[in-house]
Amino acid sequence: MTETGVNHAYGPLPRKEDARFVRGQGKYVDDITLPGMLHGAVLRSPLAHARITSVDASAARAHPAVVEVLTGEDLAERGLAWMPTLFGDVQAVLATDKVRFQGQEVAFVVATDRYAARDALELIVVDYEPLPPLIDATTALDPGAPVVRDELPGGNHIFDWAAGDQAATDAVFATADVVLGCDMNYPRSHPAPLETCGAVADFDPVSGKLTMWSTSQAPHAHRILYAALTQIPEHKIRVVSPDLGGGFGAKVPVYPGYVCAIAASMSTGRPVKWVEDRSENLMSTAFARDYHMHGEIAATADGQILGLRARVLADHGAFNAVAQPSKFPAGFFHIFTGSYQTHAAYCEVTGVYTNKAPGGVAYSCSFRITEAVYLVERLTDMLARELRQDPAQLRMRNLLRPEQFPYTTPSGWEYDSGDYPRALQLALDMADYPALRREQAQRRARGQYMGIGLSFFTEGVGAGPRGHMDIMGLGMADGADLRVHPSGKAVLAISVQTQGQGHETTFAQLVAHELGLSPDDVEVVHGDTDRTPFGLGTYGSRSTPVSGAAAVVAARKVRERARLVAAAMFEASADDLEWLDGMWRVRGDPDQALGIAEIARAAHSSLELPAGVEGHLDASAVYNPPNLTFPFGAYICVTDVDPGTGEVKVRRFIAVDDCGVRINPMIVEGQVHRGLADGIGIALMQSISFDEIGNCLSGSFMDYLLPTSLECPSPELGATVTPSPHHPVGAKGIGESATVGSPPAVVNSVIDALAPFGVTHADMPLTPANVWLAIQRASAAAGQAAAGR
Amino acid sequence: MKITVTVNGTDYPRVVEPRLLLIHFLRDELGLTGSHWGCDTSNCGACVVWLDDIPVKSCTVLAVMADGRRVTTVEGLASRSRLDPVQEAFAACHGLQCGFCTPGMMMTARWLLDNNPDPTEEEVREAISGQVCRCTGYENIVRSVLWAAKHDGGQA
Repeated sequence: MTETGVNHAYGPLPRKEDARFVRGQGKYVDDITLPGMLHGAVLRSPLAHARITSVDASAARAHPAVVEVLTGEDLAERGLAWMPTLFGDVQAVLATDKVRFQGQEVAFVVATDRYAARDALELIVVDYEPLPPLIDATTALDPGAPVVRDELPGGNHIFDWAAGDQAATDAVFATADVVLGCDMNYPRSHPAPLETCGAVADFDPVSGKLTMWSTSQAPHAHRILYAALTQIPEHKIRVVSPDLGGGFGAKVPVYPGYVCAIAASMSTGRPVKWVEDRSENLMSTAFARDYHMHGEIAATADGQILGLRARVLADHGAFNAVAQPSKFPAGFFHIFTGSYQTHAAYCEVTGVYTNKAPGGVAYSCSFRITEAVYLVERLTDMLARELRQDPAQLRMRNLLRPEQFPYTTPSGWEYDSGDYPRALQLALDMADYPALRREQAQRRARGQYMGIGLSFFTEGVGAGPRGHMDIMGLGMADGADLRVHPSGKAVLAISVQTQGQGHETTFAQLVAHELGLSPDDVEVVHGDTDRTPFGLGTYGSRSTPVSGAAAVVAARKVRERARLVAAAMFEASADDLEWLDGMWRVRGDPDQALGIAEIARAAHSSLELPAGVEGHLDASAVYNPPNLTFPFGAYICVTDVDPGTGEVKVRRFIAVDDCGVRINPMIVEGQVHRGLADGIGIALMQSISFDEIGNCLSGSFMDYLLPTSLECPSPELGATVTPSPHHPVGAKGIGESATVGSPPAVVNSVIDALAPFGVTHADMPLTPANVWLAIQRASAAAGQAAAGR
Repeated sequence: MKITVTVNGTDYPRVVEPRLLLIHFLRDELGLTGSHWGCDTSNCGACVVWLDDIPVKSCTVLAVMADGRRVTTVEGLASRSRLDPVQEAFAACHGLQCGFCTPGMMMTARWLLDNNPDPTEEEVREAISGQVCRCTGYENIVRSVLWAAKHDGGQA
């Protein structure tokens, strides 16, 4: 707010970036064509686990359009066969010893055109000696299990990690009136951004400079990794993220295809483009979830939650390539007490390797908070069912109260702010919850299966405080550089960038508001390491909480510098000036006023400035957040289930989100729309699955189902605003809230619909087949119980 | 093979491989990168263009099949002086985020409104149901098309 309380630049401003997109003039990686550019294609393993005995690329090399073929052996000679992951493991760029998942990269062909490169892949002969694959993560630690990473001392074991107080939690569980537990799998999914991954690598042998256009959500992090890998010094590497066709976390890691393109450009001296196809995208780039969870909840007989306990087996695939803060091997899963008061909580997570593609956090999950919210929200619903209480009332009773904030959870989080009951009540009012329950009762009497599902979530986003959050040892602070030109037009360079979230608009609004400018007068530069300050990129809903804060701090520095210049212009003392309605004014004489444009001109002019005041008008900031921010929300999903076919129809989705102050409410709502569609997709259809020998069964959009306009209802959105007390403008981040919060609402709704059959739980995806099976199993169990009586 | 395709009103004679897909012909041969490639299997519709006057998924049409025919892409949507109401609508209603599906969505929307100037919400949802958007949950795309229908007065 300004001193007068006017947020003059905030609001539902149409996006600046849309002018190019609606004309078809977005510039995505595959739209980039350079003179002499070659095209690369990756040969991938057909097997999930096999030793490579030979790779014969001679026929491919003889193809007239082929310029180069790289094998694992070729890269090994150049020290490029393995690369570091963003989580301290290594990953094969091109396999040298064995392949560890179906779709793993084995060779790279570079040719003069796209089609010829693909043709030549078929000329490469690879001899594989099949090995027994490890597909079921629950058997990974069994004696005699196939070992995925036989070069490592720990076998398939990656980590054990725990949070909370085990003894206190056990004590609570030992004496509680009610204890419920459930196995629940959060299946492997993939965000499937509509643009697949790709790169154009252009190494200039004369200058020694590498320019890398790529589908990267974290250009600065990628640059560091490339520097470490290729020995090209960091200042000679420029990573550019042009327009990205969605990311959702899948474009945070470095992929072997990027490194192959760099290696091929270095050896051919020509630009090399590599763009994966959809099957490659689904089979080899970062997946998400794949958490095998056992959750338990302890409560009093009248429904007071006392404790939560969780044991998780995390399937990380063949390489530990999660892109998340390094001190948190299970991400932020330990936020699993959710939005409720609990006396004690304890969780332990074990991570294992399997013969599947690497990844884990690549889908708007706020570093595993998705899994945590699902666990606690399913358990809360089960508790309500067991106690024959209304799930809304049970939640309302257990929610943290506004006066408890800041609140330290049993597993160590400090929630900064919140008014949870207000958000839940708003959602219930919007839905007319009592009327929905009446309708449900009437329909049940007619043999119709309608479900009402709730979820309440708390996220921790905006990683993060550099003291304990880093990636590859790099603290998660972000920079912003702001320069006001002599005419008062400003350029803001930021360390995060848009994959569709609208940074060019929101960040212009942030700066415009601080300086009394129009957002049209602020140009936002992003996604280019040569032009932007260092920072770790866009994911984990961190843009507004971290980089947005940096932009505001830089703008406020500019405003303070402008005050000194204005004082010189007024020949007054800076102390006698006040910032009012977007201008510096002489206190007591508000008609004497100077806007940033006039001050900027003077700052670049011959005006004599006081000693110690530099000319020009610019500032830099690095923002190290003191804490995460904690957005929250209350969701209600209404479904209709056909028990004959198992088909689920989502009829209504009510979503109340509190992301603190909303800079551009239109963009915020758009983010929520997306996340609700994610919830429908993840809960009902999206699942990356494998057969018993590791063949990926979800390698195309014919097999990996995504929600369309027919599955997604018109969402009904509501908002409460609880400003973050530590963010400069009180914003909290919204990019992942709905993806995190909505899946349990859908599942709770379907299970609620199936309650008459005795169904208490079914794992996602709740496809028609899985819903039908859940009904049959519950009916059969009920029949057996009746027969045994 | 020698073909001539009329794209956005201009004739393009070219010699192409018989297997060349129309989407790659448009993007790589003609440099019209507004249409995108997204899936290979006709599921996502990022590649939708008009062949003569019918929306097609250009990732599953061969360039040679367009020989002697008219293709309209997103680059042909705006007239010299103004945006098509569909283009205005997507910007006005926040009908896009990353922009990757947008050209295909707009080509389908334009075709719908040409054939059904006053569609219901259900008809809009049905029309775009063969295309995927990963950003909007479709809500603002539907709103955009309905907005365009209201503001389509000046169009043919």
